[in-house]
Amino acid sequence: MSRLEILNLAGLRHDNRRPYELRSLALSLSPSPTADGSAQVTQGLTTVQASVFGPREPRQRAAAAHDKASVVVEVGVVPWAQGQGGSRSRGDKRLLEIGAAIRQTFEPVILTHLYPRSEITVQVQVLAADGGILPTAINAVTLALIDAGISMLDYVTAVSVGLHLKQAMLDLSAPEESDLPTLVVAALPESGRVTLAQMETRLHVDRFEEMLRLGVAACSVLKEEMEAAVKQRTTRVVERMAISAKGAAKDD
Amino acid sequence: MPREIEPPSVQKEFLESALAEGKRLDGRLPLEQRKFTLTFGAELGSVECRLGKTAVLAQVTATIVKPRDDRPYEGFLQITSEISPMASSVFEAGRASEDEVMITRLLEKSIRRTEAVDREALCIVAGEKVWHLRLTLHFLSVAGNLLDCASLAAMAALRHFRKPELEVLGDETIVHSPDERAPVPLAIHHTPLCLTFAYFEGLQPILDPSHIEEILAAGTMTITLNAQRELCVLSKAGGSPLSVDDVMDVVRVGVERVRENVKTIEEALENDKKSRVVEVL
Repeated sequence: MSRLEILNLAGLRHDNRRPYELRSLALSLSPSPTADGSAQVTQGLTTVQASVFGPREPRQRAAAAHDKASVVVEVGVVPWAQGQGGSRSRGDKRLLEIGAAIRQTFEPVILTHLYPRSEITVQVQVLAADGGILPTAINAVTLALIDAGISMLDYVTAVSVGLHLKQAMLDLSAPEESDLPTLVVAALPESGRVTLAQMETRLHVDRFEEMLRLGVAACSVLKEEMEAAVKQRTTRVVERMAISAKGAAKDD
Repeated sequence: MPREIEPPSVQKEFLESALAEGKRLDGRLPLEQRKFTLTFGAELGSVECRLGKTAVLAQVTATIVKPRDDRPYEGFLQITSEISPMASSVFEAGRASEDEVMITRLLEKSIRRTEAVDREALCIVAGEKVWHLRLTLHFLSVAGNLLDCASLAAMAALRHFRKPELEVLGDETIVHSPDERAPVPLAIHHTPLCLTFAYFEGLQPILDPSHIEEILAAGTMTITLNAQRELCVLSKAGGSPLSVDDVMDVVRVGVERVRENVKTIEEALENDKKSRVVEVL
């Protein structure tokens, strides 16, 4: 395989994006009819579906807390998600880590004290993986929780930020992710505060601040998109309710 | 599964009101780390680190194995850690809890993924023989902040360890015992160390949380830095949200702290070297 040119002379990335350009984003709410709330988020070639069940009675009595809801997150990757081999079992440490990160991100954002003695289960399924599994999963979980009507402080949006030489880049694809230092930022766009930040590669401290600020700015852009999707869906639901209400009124 | 009893709310209130005055229950300042001591074992590469009452024993061993086919020049560094019930009764033998997974993964990321140990220098004969280093961490007692203590112990052990001198003659490899030839230290690029900060709602962050502080905190953040001012790993998984400036403040504090900790490790290694006969000149 030839070496990947991260940024060509024209300043474009390997998929012809500019450094600060996000991948194409597709959001759909309630794709799963059986869940209390669900959402599918596609960012470039990465697709993640999240389903929310609950608030419901805890499966394990011992896990219940008397004054708040407990949040359970399970992450799975379908065997064909990654292309060439490398299927992951349920006990995979990396998946457990992603699950724990998602749970800890949402626990303080969900108003858990409104649902005492109950459990909110989030199922995350990665359908196609091309970099940025964690940020895409966080975006999907936010939409799924909203779809389920669970009270939250704010949207949580997430994005990955990379650094090539001195150029920061947003929303990395898998080939870029394997070559660059990557930072995943999840923020509450309303307050601009960071709830999750994860980085795994060596990076000079001075460069880090720039990446973090860029990530937070990108998170608020994502929020606009997500809010538009939620409003569109809600408008449609309301319209249908209005039609059925009219129909019911006629019948009387 | 045994679950720890949650501390009473009075204790939480007391701790938070003390912290609001800038005081901690054990008399430390908010950004003060507990003193750590390194005790070197009889063997090279065996170190016990005590951070306050938290204790971790790290042991490095090396064997010669065949490398992977796709990476014929690379040796192995395997990090194994298991938190046994010896450390605290809340840990179960054999089953990894979520905390344990997080600790192990973070250590792996801090030490292996940042290439602290030059793995190509572990090659003996390309495609045939390489060193396989095994870093085993034993958690002896838990009094908060296992991760930082483990990372101190691990890096001290790796820097303390020496692999036997080798001689390659054609197809044959001769391993010289330490009595014949002085063993050689590992090629180590940098010394990444973890620092954990705990947050309480509306209060300033505290460094090196004790057990009770860890339980009551609204969230923790771990950063791994080296003495070259490089950020190796940053992990803030949820917890109470922070502003960008808060995060950067903590990173700046960490830079100074890590530089001092690396110096302490180096001094301890230097002292141990004086008391130990490794090389006969």
